Amino acid sequence: MSLRDDWRRTRAIAMKDLTTEIRAKAGFNGVASLAVTILILLGLALGPDAAALRNAAVGAVWLATLFSGVLAFNRSFQVELESGALEPLLLYPGPRWPIFAGKLLGNLIFVGLMVLIVMLVGIVLFGITVPDTWPELLAVVALGVVGLVVLGTFYASMSSRSRAREVLLPLLLFPMLVPVLLAATTASKALLGADLMHEAGAWIRLLIGFDTLFLVATFLAFEHVIEA
Amino acid sequence: MNGSPDRAIEAQGLGKRFGIRWVLRGVTLDVARGEAAGLLGPNGSGKSTILRILGTLLRPNAGSATVNGLDIVGDASEVRGQIGYLAHTPGLYEDLTARENLVFAADMLGLSHGLADSSLERVGLAKVANNRVRGFSAGMQRRLALARLIMRNPKVLLLDEPYSNLDDEGVDLMNSVIREIIGSGGAALLALHELAPAKGMIDRTLKLIDGRISIAHRDRAAQDHAMLASV
Repeated sequence: MSLRDDWRRTRAIAMKDLTTEIRAKAGFNGVASLAVTILILLGLALGPDAAALRNAAVGAVWLATLFSGVLAFNRSFQVELESGALEPLLLYPGPRWPIFAGKLLGNLIFVGLMVLIVMLVGIVLFGITVPDTWPELLAVVALGVVGLVVLGTFYASMSSRSRAREVLLPLLLFPMLVPVLLAATTASKALLGADLMHEAGAWIRLLIGFDTLFLVATFLAFEHVIEA
Repeated sequence: MNGSPDRAIEAQGLGKRFGIRWVLRGVTLDVARGEAAGLLGPNGSGKSTILRILGTLLRPNAGSATVNGLDIVGDASEVRGQIGYLAHTPGLYEDLTARENLVFAADMLGLSHGLADSSLERVGLAKVANNRVRGFSAGMQRRLALARLIMRNPKVLLLDEPYSNLDDEGVDLMNSVIREIIGSGGAALLALHELAPAKGMIDRTLKLIDGRISIAHRDRAAQDHAMLASV
């Protein structure tokens, strides 16, 4: 099979996942509702102090993204398992990586949309003023989402055949996400505060490094993980 | 392990363990090209496990097997290109339409979308092509799974309870697909609860009891059929 065929398979899986999600509706609504609820609860817990809200905004947004993301990753393989479609999926000839790439692409679009909602709600709820460095901030969010989704999709595939997958996924995922979340939150916070110490650049480079490492490692390991 | 050229399926001492329990213990079987073999046995005897191993979905803990001379572990990707595996559950996406399910299969197989329409026509689901699978009966889902299998143009069929949920017309359709593939030099291994729907289709039956092949004999009806044909 050529690279063109592999791209066709990747696109087919992503489109199939997104079509299923759009038609089922419950998935995206549930995930987005959880994210917004987390933001509201954190906002209420911090009280009316505007400075405290602004300081906690970045952490709250990434926390909401993380928890609702875990729900989304679990769903992406649950759809295959519920309908018994994982086996037919694994029976198609050719390499396995387009399956991972397709799931990854679908999750990136799904979580990307959710993050947009979370950010908009976060800006309103926490009284954030959009900084001049918003393009860099968007890049940090995109890099953070890539790291989160790459690891989330990989570990969701790994835990998908386990009966305790809902528990197993966060147990596997959260420790591995520490560097990505640390870099993403620190860089986001620096950019929101005008980056006076010029520290965002170093964190962004670190984020790019981790994303690259995780992308390569997960693509290489997926074939072995998905085999029974 | 390289299989002999006239054998479509060849397994030697296949063993499979789930935890500490051995589900298959040294299963040795072969299916010749142009032959349909029935795998009979009670629930939990390991019929589906054999099919899943031959279909590259499970790795054996012992023994080896080939499909059309290709090793099921070493050449798994090539084996997947040769087989048509029908599981007990149809494995369809219920929120997609019948046609979307087959278009997805066409994309995964690198085939033209036109094949989806002709396969739907063949299994008699063309009229409901744009209906979501969620509303399909079990028999219609089975037919759709068969349409997906036809698209693959397989050389070796691995069918797990292929007649379940099918009406008489569906059984005839299934048999015609099996006959077509065997007629073109392919082979079929069918895991069956009962022989009745496959009567006249099966050349040989293999009885699986407690993870072992205990009896193998040529099917009398098939012998009669062959004798009549020769006369």
